[in-house]
Amino acid sequence: MRGEKRLFSGLDFQLPPGGALVLTGPNGSGKSSLLRLMAGFGRPVAGHFAWDGADVARDAEAHRARLHYVGHQDGLKPALTVAETLRFWAALGGCRLADPAAALAPLGLAALAETPCRFLSSGQRRRLALSRLAVRVAPLWLLDEPAVGLDSAALAALGAVIARHRAMGGSVVVSTHQGLAVDDAATLSLADFPWRGSDPAGLGW
Amino acid sequence: MSSFLAIIRRDLRLAFRQGGDGAMAVMFFVLAALLFPFGIGPEPELLARVASGIIWVTALLAALLALDRMFQTDWEDGTLELIRLSPLPLELAVLAKCLSHWLVTGLPVLLATPLVALMLRLDPSGLPMLLLGLLLGTPVLSLFGAVGAALTLGARRGGVLVSLLVLPLEIPVLIFGVGAADAALSQDTGSAQLAILGALLAFALPLCPLAAAAALRQALE
Repeated sequence: MRGEKRLFSGLDFQLPPGGALVLTGPNGSGKSSLLRLMAGFGRPVAGHFAWDGADVARDAEAHRARLHYVGHQDGLKPALTVAETLRFWAALGGCRLADPAAALAPLGLAALAETPCRFLSSGQRRRLALSRLAVRVAPLWLLDEPAVGLDSAALAALGAVIARHRAMGGSVVVSTHQGLAVDDAATLSLADFPWRGSDPAGLGW
Repeated sequence: MSSFLAIIRRDLRLAFRQGGDGAMAVMFFVLAALLFPFGIGPEPELLARVASGIIWVTALLAALLALDRMFQTDWEDGTLELIRLSPLPLELAVLAKCLSHWLVTGLPVLLATPLVALMLRLDPSGLPMLLLGLLLGTPVLSLFGAVGAALTLGARRGGVLVSLLVLPLEIPVLIFGVGAADAALSQDTGSAQLAILGALLAFALPLCPLAAAAALRQALE
């Protein structure tokens, strides 16, 4: 439910370790809302999310520690440099970032480490936001339209980053319209689950 | 703890680099206090009698200046979502934001107070009590302000709304702050008023972050 609007119901999906789930559906079908619910912003009206069989709402702190969420907004401050931004994110997550360049390299931002964020292009800002995935190990990645504004090289790099994460047993849920190739991913089209009455939905991964 | 310090360190770095809020608050404080001698006339006795009141009112208004941006910018650019998802409890994150708000606006005002007191001919015997009162009172202003800023997050013209919400709450701080300084001027100790200011701080310190965090959770849903 977003505002007063019911978005979807009857969803039931599972995500194995190393699995990927691609959310599709027309604009406004609730892809972002579903990702935000999974991240723990608010609670579903009915149903729940479970991790290894345990309801995540019961231990919200453990759930926050196991996920990375990259939303529409990049969370950058114009006055901070790329490396400072990344260090802040790492410290916020409770860890120290010894080498920002190493975290920036996979998405090709290493050369921009000392550049203030106000000089970044929108694609570079997006890449910096996605570099957050590298500062802390988390088994669950929730990516909301990560491909927006990325050029083909960056798209390929992001695909490689996701593939490496999955090879190490991590899971990823990504909402995407275009471009990003995620191998053997399950697809969930939210258009197939319009809201129909108040049937409780059991959600799990 | 490292996330708590990270928020403060980043806010201070932003404040220094952009030079905005802190410098603005203290300049507003000095300039607004300077207006009073022009408005009510330069008689030293008259000014000395109202000096502590002028200083408290202008300090209160200066603390309001940067209030609407306490969470607004972080909310707009998505940083607030990251703070919400960090292992740090949101209440402590709010406390960190309050502390950095105080360091950026309250502390410079406190440091500028002796200068303004001199300009307004405040009797030097009242200055220590005035400063002690501000030391206890200005953090309360930041804490109450955080609740107002969190509640008005996303509202249009939030700045005005915050002021309307927060100003009535801050009246007790003003009364006892001025009371402490005036008591010291009239050969009383003023310790009773200071104790009440301390009690206000002890009340606001745990409760305001709780309330503000609840409002932020609502805003982020």
